[in-house]
Amino acid sequence: MESTYRLLAAMTAAVIEGDRAAAEALAAKALADALDLHEVIEKGFIPGIQKVGELWENGEYFLPELISSAECMKAAMAVLQPAFAAAPAEAFRRGKVVIGTIEGDIHDVGKNLVASMLSANGFDVLDLGADVKLARFIEAAEGTGADLICLSALLTTTMLNQRRLIEMLKDRGLRGRFKVLVGGAPVSRKWAADIGADGYGENALAAVKLAVELGPKRRLA
Amino acid sequence: MIRTLRPKAELLSRPFVEKIIDEAVLLLGRHGVFVENAEARTLFKEAGMPTDETSFKVLINRKLIEDSLEATPLTVRLYDRAGEKEYVIGHDEVHFDPGSAAVKILDHATQQERPPLTADLVRLARLTESCENLHFQSTALIASDVPEIIADSYRLFVGLQFCSKPIVTGLFRTAGFRPMFEMLAAVRGGAEELRRKPLAVFDACPSPPLKWSHLTAQSLIDCARAGIPSELISMGLTGATSPVTLAGTLVQHVAENLAGLVICQLARRGAPVIFGGSPAGFDMRKGTTPMGAIETMMIDMAYAQIGKYLKLPTHAYMGLSDAKINDSQAGLETGMGAILAALAGINVVSGAGMMDFESTQSLEKLLIDNEICGMAYRLIGGIAQRDEPLALRLFEGLGPESQFLTLPHTRKWYRVEHMFPELADRDTYEAWVGQGRTSMAERAHNRLERILSETSSNLVESALQKELQAIMRNDARDNGTDVLPGLPIG
Repeated sequence: MESTYRLLAAMTAAVIEGDRAAAEALAAKALADALDLHEVIEKGFIPGIQKVGELWENGEYFLPELISSAECMKAAMAVLQPAFAAAPAEAFRRGKVVIGTIEGDIHDVGKNLVASMLSANGFDVLDLGADVKLARFIEAAEGTGADLICLSALLTTTMLNQRRLIEMLKDRGLRGRFKVLVGGAPVSRKWAADIGADGYGENALAAVKLAVELGPKRRLA
Repeated sequence: MIRTLRPKAELLSRPFVEKIIDEAVLLLGRHGVFVENAEARTLFKEAGMPTDETSFKVLINRKLIEDSLEATPLTVRLYDRAGEKEYVIGHDEVHFDPGSAAVKILDHATQQERPPLTADLVRLARLTESCENLHFQSTALIASDVPEIIADSYRLFVGLQFCSKPIVTGLFRTAGFRPMFEMLAAVRGGAEELRRKPLAVFDACPSPPLKWSHLTAQSLIDCARAGIPSELISMGLTGATSPVTLAGTLVQHVAENLAGLVICQLARRGAPVIFGGSPAGFDMRKGTTPMGAIETMMIDMAYAQIGKYLKLPTHAYMGLSDAKINDSQAGLETGMGAILAALAGINVVSGAGMMDFESTQSLEKLLIDNEICGMAYRLIGGIAQRDEPLALRLFEGLGPESQFLTLPHTRKWYRVEHMFPELADRDTYEAWVGQGRTSMAERAHNRLERILSETSSNLVESALQKELQAIMRNDARDNGTDVLPGLPIG
């Protein structure tokens, strides 16, 4: 239908433009018009965030565009969310993530960016915030049945706690249960390998790709 | 004789300085600051400031800020290990020191970054001792062969033994203060002596925006009470953790530093404080924090100007680079930063040796940067009137051969007026080829080998060394470890 097509194109455009108000209004309209929500997500919003990813990778979009589009995507999904609670199929789920800035560190900008991008790309994200005690990560991951634990650190001093968390998982016999991704300014691929993490993302988009790769192999419905 | 002009650079007009301060004060009064540390919140509460024990939000009024500024000393004095050489931090004095707390070192042989070892920390301290333009040392590397829990005190332990210069350091844990204080007091021969002649500066970094963590606020309180100067290292990232405009970031920077300064003065009135920082013009393409960005340097120069207006000693992370090897970028960013910092009259300039977004030290770069700092000193030395008249008489006896090489006047002044770099290449092409076509980094490495092959001089005497070792061992034992890497001295 021509009008549905136009609506879907508008959703894509809203995400690309980072126009949150428009994205929310379009999501609400989709609900009001009782559109097929799978189609709304797959052909409306997701192409938008995919295009944003491309623009970022081509060097046309920088972080402010990336993050505002991701926030826009999240806002639209939040509008659609209640309708999914009733729906039998999981339309937009790539896995569960527990994320936080590690104990001793209260810097959370990078972590917020990754959380936002993960969520915009279909992950169920539990953001524990900053200065998160090591045990809290594990409790939350166990409690939610998370697939991935993402650890951020900005300080060279606190990144050492990333190692401790992995040790703690081992001590509790839980290391195999969760994939652990690390990130943050002082963190490197080598550090991730040294401490036995499952992966390192140098930026938010790399983190998303990694999470998709390492997460459960559930495809979008 | 005409007085020599001290070359200076300022970026802000006076009304702009006052506007930024005014907004910062309003920000602290209306929005307030997040203070995670209970003791610091109690200090604020006792001073009559509204504090919220749930949100940890503290509002600071103008009067308390003005009163705290009033109480803060105009200058800070540091003394070398022997307690003899005095360094004034204040006015337009400039002191360079190595950029601190790198988690990696650039290995010259492999040209790759690797985790630093205790041996690297010793080498860095010894090289710093040899760098005449680095007035202070800093705990510039985090040795990876030392248990993480004692990494802060251990850096100080090594620095104090292998370098006699005052030291810029900081805490990684609240419990680190005691052993570190004990080491400093041991060098001085007592807590009162240390208060009288400070040997170290402790860096404390608020978390942008407007947060003082438990550890950093505790560091301010403990240092204030011990008479150890605190260096406030606000570090907003434009558009990420602070407003994207340079002026907007300056408002936040000043507010964060003022909040820290108030904590220091509430802990002990008259506590020495340095108005510093490590902000960066955040790169929106890469999500990185370039210290070599010109905007970063502009923010540094501007907040330092504001610090001076507030009659405070100043500090900045300048004269460093984001390059990964000692290439043109390393030189140009470091050179620009050191020169601009010197022109801005920033009192403590931390950065020498540092690259890769404050994460990596290069010992070769440290030596190159020492030379850059020498050039900066020469620049701010200015152009002096040496003679009266300046030159007229020199031409009187000048024969037809018209040269100045043989004049006593030339011999008298050439070494004073001109500096002679050790590492910059000033050879003819043929001479350069003849000496192996070396790059500056290679020449720096050769010099490094030469310096390190000489016997360490100016080490601590053995009684003090034993005392420092005992403090370090106790700290290690308190933290469940007995094994420390051996140091290359008895």
